[in-house]
Amino acid sequence: MDRVAIVGVGQTKQERNKIGETFADMVYEAVLKALEHAGMGITQIDNVVSASNDFWDGRTISSMAINDACGSYDKNISCVEGDGTFAAFYGMTRILSGSYNTTLVVAHCKGSESDSAHITNAMFDPIYVRSLGLDAITSSALQARRYMDTYGITEEQCALVSVKNHGNGLNNPYAQLPMRISVEDVKTSRMLADPIKLLDASPISDGACAIILAKEEYAKRITSRPVWIRGIGYCADAYHLGDRDLADCKALEDAAQRAYRMATISTPRKEIDVVELYDAFSYQELLWSEGLGLCGRGEGGRLVESGATSMKGDIPINPSGGLLSAHTVTVAGLVRIAEAVLQLRGEADKRQVKGAKAALAHGVNGPCGQSHCVWILGR
Amino acid sequence: MSNRVAIVGTGQTHHKTRRLDVNGVELIYEAVTRALEDAELTMKDIDAVIIGNMDHFEGINYVDCWSIDGSGGFMKPTLKLTTGGTTGSTLAIAGYHIVASGMFERLLVVGWEKNSESDTTAAITTAFDPIWDRLVFAGAISGLAVEASAYMATYGATERDAARVAVRDRRHACLNPYAHLRKEVTIEEVMASPMLSDPLKLLDLCPRTDGACAVVFASEYVAEKICPRPAWVLGTANRHLYTYLGDADFLGLPSLKRAAQELYAKVEISEPLKEIDVMELYLPYSFAGLSWIEALGLCRPGEGPRLLWDGVTDLGGELPINPSGGVISCNPIGATGLIRCAEAALQIMGKADKRQAPDVRIALSSGFGGCFWSDLLVYGAKKPA
Repeated sequence: MDRVAIVGVGQTKQERNKIGETFADMVYEAVLKALEHAGMGITQIDNVVSASNDFWDGRTISSMAINDACGSYDKNISCVEGDGTFAAFYGMTRILSGSYNTTLVVAHCKGSESDSAHITNAMFDPIYVRSLGLDAITSSALQARRYMDTYGITEEQCALVSVKNHGNGLNNPYAQLPMRISVEDVKTSRMLADPIKLLDASPISDGACAIILAKEEYAKRITSRPVWIRGIGYCADAYHLGDRDLADCKALEDAAQRAYRMATISTPRKEIDVVELYDAFSYQELLWSEGLGLCGRGEGGRLVESGATSMKGDIPINPSGGLLSAHTVTVAGLVRIAEAVLQLRGEADKRQVKGAKAALAHGVNGPCGQSHCVWILGR
Repeated sequence: MSNRVAIVGTGQTHHKTRRLDVNGVELIYEAVTRALEDAELTMKDIDAVIIGNMDHFEGINYVDCWSIDGSGGFMKPTLKLTTGGTTGSTLAIAGYHIVASGMFERLLVVGWEKNSESDTTAAITTAFDPIWDRLVFAGAISGLAVEASAYMATYGATERDAARVAVRDRRHACLNPYAHLRKEVTIEEVMASPMLSDPLKLLDLCPRTDGACAVVFASEYVAEKICPRPAWVLGTANRHLYTYLGDADFLGLPSLKRAAQELYAKVEISEPLKEIDVMELYLPYSFAGLSWIEALGLCRPGEGPRLLWDGVTDLGGELPINPSGGVISCNPIGATGLIRCAEAALQIMGKADKRQAPDVRIALSSGFGGCFWSDLLVYGAKKPA
């Protein structure tokens, strides 16, 4: 199989309310930055895949709002609805198909214009579940409780994730909530849905992110620092929460195994230098770490306690501050890829993990991590 | 090197205004099981699933996740694409690229819509910019009415010319057991039907339909083994040119013209009328059947009506268009573009029964939607070089 590289990334600062900017404004900024990063002009982009969600945008055909802004005029274009990691997968296949040389992938969302509780409630079955009021926070609370009960994960261990990631956010100029906080701050923050408290949850954010993918020979011409896609896998679990054991994340395990197989990785903890994963809630970083095979089942709590996932540890997770520091829906996974690229190019400034050669980026769709996408990138 | 890709199975539901006998997931399941049966595969053989619809019609968020029990995507790679009216053709184009990439050998592609659960015009209206377009000039019908008026004013075409398109598609639909509206109409009936948006009348326009379609795309290594006559995908092209209705060029559908130019060059077609054997076009209303075939290069601008009246595009004519009955006879929006793909594939595979055109070697399907956007695919009976 041919190889595909990421040759440029661009992101807006993620903020609580970009009141002065439309979807198109944000996308334009991210795309310009990605082109500049790659040293390319828009005429060198031969096709575009956007990621957006009609519910979050309040627009049917949400891709229509940004076609001008992403420079897709007179180009082939498509739109994946869901997290940016999935859109980037499709963007990659368009190159591997032999049809295109360079794919621009761009995601946008404005949480500030949305009603998260209603929009995420619309994920659930309209007959049996929706009227119970389940949404992203309350369903995740069920999962957090089930996970904590099954493996004896503590509130303090979850809080440590929040402390670490908000602290990492201090080093990331694009993060929305860089904060120096304590476990006590997290534990005493306002209860949202037991056991999830305000500082266990990711914020509502506005932003956009763009990456540029290129075919091998093209990538080598564009940049001396291409970041190669070594592996990619995605997988979806059962829909109804009652059909899953929420303490498990089988779809993530499957997605990770697909990505590791493709990247010929057998011991991820040793072979991966930095991880950017989808920590929409603090407990998720622990659970997803297990699903990714960075530790054994039920060991996520001890992993964060050991300091292994801190900037100084052997497997730093979310040097960017993660979703806890900024969570723009659909954009979040693409930001994980962009951050992984910066790490591998040695361009992550204060949040740089020294000598990173292999990075993992992760995205999620659906309730309680129903569908996961895992990327392995290398330089 | 990339893989060649073929369609090895198709399935669609029976289409109605209201499929009250099934919910959305069951509707999807119906199409999926028929496609698997047609390809003589089981869900175990399928490597991955892609699915699409328009969210605001059913009010389900994360449809890829919600539909798992119907699509068969459980513990498989599953993703969703949506681009409005072009969703079905967007799915077909994605099906081609994802299999061509070598990532998967057998990909199940699903498009669906339960329009009966929606306020279609209200939902479509939200596609447009809330400040500049939405309050004054949105929804699906108004823009098409402007296009029709521009076409008549420029070329002197008449409402009767357009009615001939509806007559053709509705006549063809009677040959298709899956079509929604299976009743012939006459020119007079079209002309006498209620005016919706001048010059468009009820029978000039597509219906709202509940339905789903599924298509199995396979790599060359699989296709040649399991299918006696696969429909090879020769190429795809699309253009989503406009964001604002005010920017759109209402004459001659430039997005289709540009996509066709690219695709014909790619697959080396220079005389589409002669070289293409059948077309399944996303013609949501009658005037499109005049103007858009000009954009596709079948004749010069303004000559569309002559082709229609001469019977060139009827089943039995030189280039049959919409033997299935087309969109005027059946329109489950998220599935509509994929039905065009499935019907074009059936023509190549020789499985189109009473609506089969003779000796189909090359077929073309299209998708339309968004803000005057166009998607195209070309299929062949012969494996591409």
